[in-house]
Amino acid sequence: MQEDGWIDESRQTFITESQDLLVEMENALSVMSEGEDDEELLNAVFRAAHTIKGSSGLFGFDHIVNFTHQLETFLDKMRNKEITVTPHLVQLLLSCRDHLEALVEEVAEGVTKTTLEDAGNTLLEGLALFDPETKKQADNDDNDKGKLLNERVENSASVTRSDSQVETDDWLIYLKFSENVLRNGMDPLSFLRYLQTIGTLVNVTTILHNIPDAEHIDVESCYLSFQISFHGDVEKQMVENAFEFVEDDCDVHIIAPHSKLKHYVALIDNLSEDKELRLGEILLEVGLLTEKELQHALILQERSKQEHLDTKDEEEHGSVLPIGEILIEERIVPEETVNSALKKQQILKEKKVQENRSIRIDAGRLDDLINLVGELVIAGAGSSMLAQQINNEALIESTSVVSRLIEEIRDTALHLRMVPIGETFRRFHRVVREVTQNMDKSVELLIEGADTELDKTVAEKIVDPLTHMIRNSLDHGIEETPARKKAEKRETGQIILNAFYDSGSIIIEVSDDGRGVDKEKVLAKAIQNGLVNSGQDLTDKEILRLILEPGLSTAAKVSDLSGRGVGMDVVKRNLESLRGSVEIESTLGEGTCIRMRLPLTLSIIDGFLLGVGNATYVVPLDSVVECIEYTDTSVDRSNAHYINLRGEVLPFICLREFFAEEGGISQRENIIVVQGGEQKIGLVVDRLLGEFQTVIKPLSSIFSRLSGISGSTILGSGEVAMILDVAALVEQAGKVVQKEKPLYLH
Amino acid sequence: MNQLVKKNSSTAAINDTESSNEINQFLTFVVGEETFALNILPIKEIIEYNKITKVPMVPDFIRGVINLRGNVVPVIDLSARFSWKKSEVTKRTCIIIVEVENETEQLDIGIVVDVVNEVLDLQDVDIEPPPALGAKIRTDFISGMGKVNDTFIILLEIGKILSIEELSVLGSMNKV
Repeated sequence: MQEDGWIDESRQTFITESQDLLVEMENALSVMSEGEDDEELLNAVFRAAHTIKGSSGLFGFDHIVNFTHQLETFLDKMRNKEITVTPHLVQLLLSCRDHLEALVEEVAEGVTKTTLEDAGNTLLEGLALFDPETKKQADNDDNDKGKLLNERVENSASVTRSDSQVETDDWLIYLKFSENVLRNGMDPLSFLRYLQTIGTLVNVTTILHNIPDAEHIDVESCYLSFQISFHGDVEKQMVENAFEFVEDDCDVHIIAPHSKLKHYVALIDNLSEDKELRLGEILLEVGLLTEKELQHALILQERSKQEHLDTKDEEEHGSVLPIGEILIEERIVPEETVNSALKKQQILKEKKVQENRSIRIDAGRLDDLINLVGELVIAGAGSSMLAQQINNEALIESTSVVSRLIEEIRDTALHLRMVPIGETFRRFHRVVREVTQNMDKSVELLIEGADTELDKTVAEKIVDPLTHMIRNSLDHGIEETPARKKAEKRETGQIILNAFYDSGSIIIEVSDDGRGVDKEKVLAKAIQNGLVNSGQDLTDKEILRLILEPGLSTAAKVSDLSGRGVGMDVVKRNLESLRGSVEIESTLGEGTCIRMRLPLTLSIIDGFLLGVGNATYVVPLDSVVECIEYTDTSVDRSNAHYINLRGEVLPFICLREFFAEEGGISQRENIIVVQGGEQKIGLVVDRLLGEFQTVIKPLSSIFSRLSGISGSTILGSGEVAMILDVAALVEQAGKVVQKEKPLYLH
Repeated sequence: MNQLVKKNSSTAAINDTESSNEINQFLTFVVGEETFALNILPIKEIIEYNKITKVPMVPDFIRGVINLRGNVVPVIDLSARFSWKKSEVTKRTCIIIVEVENETEQLDIGIVVDVVNEVLDLQDVDIEPPPALGAKIRTDFISGMGKVNDTFIILLEIGKILSIEELSVLGSMNKV
């Protein structure tokens, strides 16, 4: 390939763009495979294929263009209802998408594999079989598939040609490259080549008069200009897009063909009347003007305004050239369309519509912003504290306003990183479909709570655990169809992915209506593996939690997918790294539900400050249930580590003893009731210091094996405080109580 | 002080050639009764001793953590790490921030020393291998012996003393 000269940056843009488009394509195809027959979905697939074709043409990736072109032709036929959508076809289209992904990856890695080409051809042949047109031909000559394919391509090519003959006039493109274009790694020819993929080049005149004498010539400079007559049923923006990658390095004038003019005038008349538009915007909307041309005209307008100001001719001031006149003068758009657009503008009502636009931001910059907000939170806490110490009322008031604003900034900044979980969920349609293909099972995946938002990092990190869980459900959970019939269940098994918020965390559930977990089998296996002693008395929950342990699989045989007893261990570890927890519910014969609880964000949380001895600790506010006074009447300190909380047994940990803190015993100790998972425990502390916006600072890796502490934060005073790991403390408390008395008294 | 060290480290980098007469620079400091020296290359800065936050359930030699311009940095008591008694905090107690590497990451760790002295230039010929016996600290903590005015100063092997693997294993032993 000759793309060596291309700058990496634009190639990177191509790769990310294509990958995004492929994701869109997959999403649309996934929904289609659910039986949804929506034109918009097909359009989305088509758009993606089309854009990839366009940009790969620009880079001279001919093999991608070839493949996408044929795919596109096929999709177009689907859009025109010449080909009906069947599940098999969607499956095949998904494979085509995968092939495209492989091709793009190949570009990213900079290697070419011939095997891919064969794979592509096989896919295209497969597609051709769905085409009734070729089917007919195939009946005549079904031995020679390669020939058939060629014919098809020729067919489609000749169709476009005959179409375009109806239009007698052409686009006129005047293209002047700057001298630097070659130095910047662009090949002028490739743009002409790209134009050929969206239409026909009727005539190309190369203008050579800029080339200097041989002695002055710089071989690395480009002196060429082109005048191109171009044929094609395209929009102006598409033509301009062809030059997107050299927009800084060339001067392009695109003049629409005459036949198009009527078309544009009609478009202007048909524009919706619910928003107010400027002239430029109208022309932009119908595609007569491109954004860049408009910018150019606006600059000219500004310049002429400036000139008037310079001459200080106040009278003249009002007569700044209107944009329409500039456009006509610069020959960017023809006069008649401007006139009709002006008419249209007068008709438009004064109604402003807010557009829903999005910006693509580099994740690193967002992280920087969030780090800065973190520092701001700490600094803000510092000044609030100082204001309290000085005890100046006005100062306290102003710092409290600042704190409130900081809190809002923090929430907004964190919200920038939030994405809806639906995108993550939807990719599992694929997993389900692929896995069940080779099994005697029929399974549907239902998605609920797709709009629930969570931090992007969390969303990315739960993909692996979710994959394991879903595969587990598919492999072990859902029964084979005959078994389901026998159990009088619906033949199609169900896996439900659900997400919702619950007290500052996000809960993600994977549930199935399969055979459930056989607790006795699990326990027997655990005892056999030495995970549990045979005398130990375990609750149902504890037994179910055992399936998360490594090396514990009750599957009779190991399959490709699961059964090695590694998967669920990965789930557990991944979740722990996200400060999440997992719970399992299961009823034998009815199904299993795995519930993950995850924090919404990873960097800043609301915390609650506690004083223990001389030290200060933070617990996540979400886990605090209540605070009660620790009085001697409610507790028998000497023999038990639990209290009676309104008839409930509440084990507690005295943090002073637990952390061996010194000094400052307070007269009135308090118990903070915290919840970790299902279990509540009490933490005995010396002082309650109130809420605190906590910026989580990871602890150095030398503390990686420390349990009970999940991280650290910096207080307003600049001191470091430890953040308690409630889940680990709950576990610890459970052990302490179990040693002394059974956990369940009633 | 910070600046002085940085400047020296850059000259040391320039002198870092293959020749046998290479000059190495060492920071000398006192822990307990003993003077030690540490190659200045991994040293990032020297700061005053104040405001250390204790980390619960860790061995004595981990003093705690400090806030170093927004980063939370662990601090090791060198004396306790040598299995001597924990050092008393005086006016001259300092924390030397060093950068250590393990396979995957670079970490800043602070070490508490009683007094920081000076930067020494030592030629390769002045550095003897560590003695097999007779040192007051674990021999694998010693990278060599520096000869200065007819006396020997122990040159510390900081990678071993602050080995992240070893510290994290020890850090987990003290669980309640």
